[in-house]
Amino acid sequence: MNLKPLFEPRTMAVFGVSASNYRHPANEIFNKNMLRYPVSVYGVNPRGGTINSQPIHRSISEVPEQIDLAVIAVRADLVPEVMTECIKAKVRSAVVISGGFTEVGRRDLQERIVAIAKEAAFPFVGPNCLGSYVPSRVDTFFLPGERMVNPVVGKVSFVSQSGGILVDQMIKFTNEGVGLAKAISIGNKALLGELDFLDYFATDPATKVIAFYIEGFGGNEGREFVLKAEKCGKPVVVLKSGKSPGGSKAVSSHTASLAGDYASFSAVLSQYNIVEAANELELVSFCESLSTYAKPIEGRVGIVTVSGGHGAIAVDACTARGLLVPGLPENIREDLRKNLSPSVQDIAALTNPVDLTGSGIDEDFVATVKSFCAMDDIDCVLALLLPYIPGITSDLGAKLGGIARQSGTPLIAYVPNVEKYAMLIEGFTLNGSPVAHSIEGAVLMVDALRRNRL
Amino acid sequence: MSDARSEMRRIIQAARSDGWVLEPDAKRLFTLAGFAVPRFTLARTPEEALRFAGEIGYPVVAKVVSPRILHKSDVGGVAVGIADAGGLAEVFRRFQVLDGFVGMIVEEMAPGIELILGAKIDFQFGPLILLGMGGTGVEIYKDVALRMAPISEKDALAMIGGLKAQRLLTGYRGSEGVDLKMLTETLLSFSSLVMELGEGIESIDINPLLCSSRHCVVADARIILRKENETASA
Repeated sequence: MNLKPLFEPRTMAVFGVSASNYRHPANEIFNKNMLRYPVSVYGVNPRGGTINSQPIHRSISEVPEQIDLAVIAVRADLVPEVMTECIKAKVRSAVVISGGFTEVGRRDLQERIVAIAKEAAFPFVGPNCLGSYVPSRVDTFFLPGERMVNPVVGKVSFVSQSGGILVDQMIKFTNEGVGLAKAISIGNKALLGELDFLDYFATDPATKVIAFYIEGFGGNEGREFVLKAEKCGKPVVVLKSGKSPGGSKAVSSHTASLAGDYASFSAVLSQYNIVEAANELELVSFCESLSTYAKPIEGRVGIVTVSGGHGAIAVDACTARGLLVPGLPENIREDLRKNLSPSVQDIAALTNPVDLTGSGIDEDFVATVKSFCAMDDIDCVLALLLPYIPGITSDLGAKLGGIARQSGTPLIAYVPNVEKYAMLIEGFTLNGSPVAHSIEGAVLMVDALRRNRL
Repeated sequence: MSDARSEMRRIIQAARSDGWVLEPDAKRLFTLAGFAVPRFTLARTPEEALRFAGEIGYPVVAKVVSPRILHKSDVGGVAVGIADAGGLAEVFRRFQVLDGFVGMIVEEMAPGIELILGAKIDFQFGPLILLGMGGTGVEIYKDVALRMAPISEKDALAMIGGLKAQRLLTGYRGSEGVDLKMLTETLLSFSSLVMELGEGIESIDINPLLCSSRHCVVADARIILRKENETASA
């Protein structure tokens, strides 16, 4: 099945648009795509009428173009009929927004639409989902455009069993400046599920990192997922919910009791080098650093700061995650001291972390990062930047980002996230170095590079 | 080899009505699959028990055999370090009154560190392998490593290396460690066996697997079978 029309439709039909109820979910979808996305949109409703001065077609057969993507937002019991009509009209794919299937006990209805789709090899997402979102391309979410936070175009594709988590994660991505390639909410995943989108994003050139929010897999589906993920050649990040043991299912063996559902899930993911995010903060941090650096590291970190406290917190966070902070050999320390500005030469602490003190200036950072990048013993640089130090300029981001890019050593920066430091932050990000807005977040980014073994 | 296979299948088939393979049969199955087990017999009378203990020499271990007793220690159905015939006869009398008693295992004492080697057929991931510190405290310490089967040699080494008690296995403060190569091989054979038994089982506990610098023996084992009407595929 070809999933491309779900993400790159040229033509769209929205089933269920209403001529009278302007807040109907289908109307939102119709409006936003018509007004803001490069796609020809047609409304369909047997009652007819108009929407935005456009005629509402009484049936898909009246629509003058072949439709790439049907967005179905009609009552659940009407979905089988609509889907059958779509197939007859050679529609190429569908998103079924409607709820009212297995989640409310209507397994029969869900099985009917799956049977209809399978017979025609007709790809559809859902039911009970938000569907697809591609920045500046398509958006089938029924949420009013002005209420949503829209991430910039980027390299992360996100597959979520929950629509709510997906929308919320899009806000967090935006806050952290993480760009999105494609997103899909898969709802009841009646036909298309995690495995299908893993396959699709593995070959999608715009996708560099594949992220999942997973509640649970079907029978043996987890096995297939990890085997595929390991071979897909792109970092895979997973956030899992439902970690607490459900109910009091009696277990008769020690092994069954020790290998609970979540313990098994987590162990198998790490066995297959899939990066599991423990929470939303980790998910965003992991996606950000892995979309910048796909090459694995062993995790030997060189830290540069102008504050001993920041250095100490970073070392603690590194140590807690099993990252090493190796000391600097005598010859490196001597060379580095010679390259520092006169005001810090005698007061800087040239251990690891290197503490340039509050007298440090841009060139001292440059010299230190150059030293780190030249060391075999260090495979990642953590720059803790406090832009309120008088000697640091807004140009430092671009300078350090450039050095890291030249040397090939990953560099991750911590800069407090406030408007006035935006130019410093962009200097890093536009030069390929991710920026975290907490020390912990920066260390998480380093950890992601170590845990990704692909 | 194919004879061993069909015998293994027969053991599993015969245990279907109980829902699990009892220790003596489980040990026969592991023997057929090439694992080391301690010398033991299933004694149905005190005389059989005493005769066998006389042959292998004291001290011995005795364990109750009953299709109704899944966790023997919980009902006082395990006695270790039995020093003489008088002690053994006494243990037989005690076990005889336990629920569903069919006999008693008399077994040589094997030294070593107590590990647990387990398997579970997981709904989402299929066969999984577990290695951990064993004994009766296994669910208290929860020092275990889990992997999806089949495992590679690299996985086996990572499982051993991932245990908190790893230093006990490599030799800690003058005490002798275990033969890590033998433990690795045991893990790999177990992984193959689990893949072969596959969907027919629900879980396996080898607890303890006794490991020393000279051996890795299956000192106790139980195989819980999958109920006939359950399958892993949705």
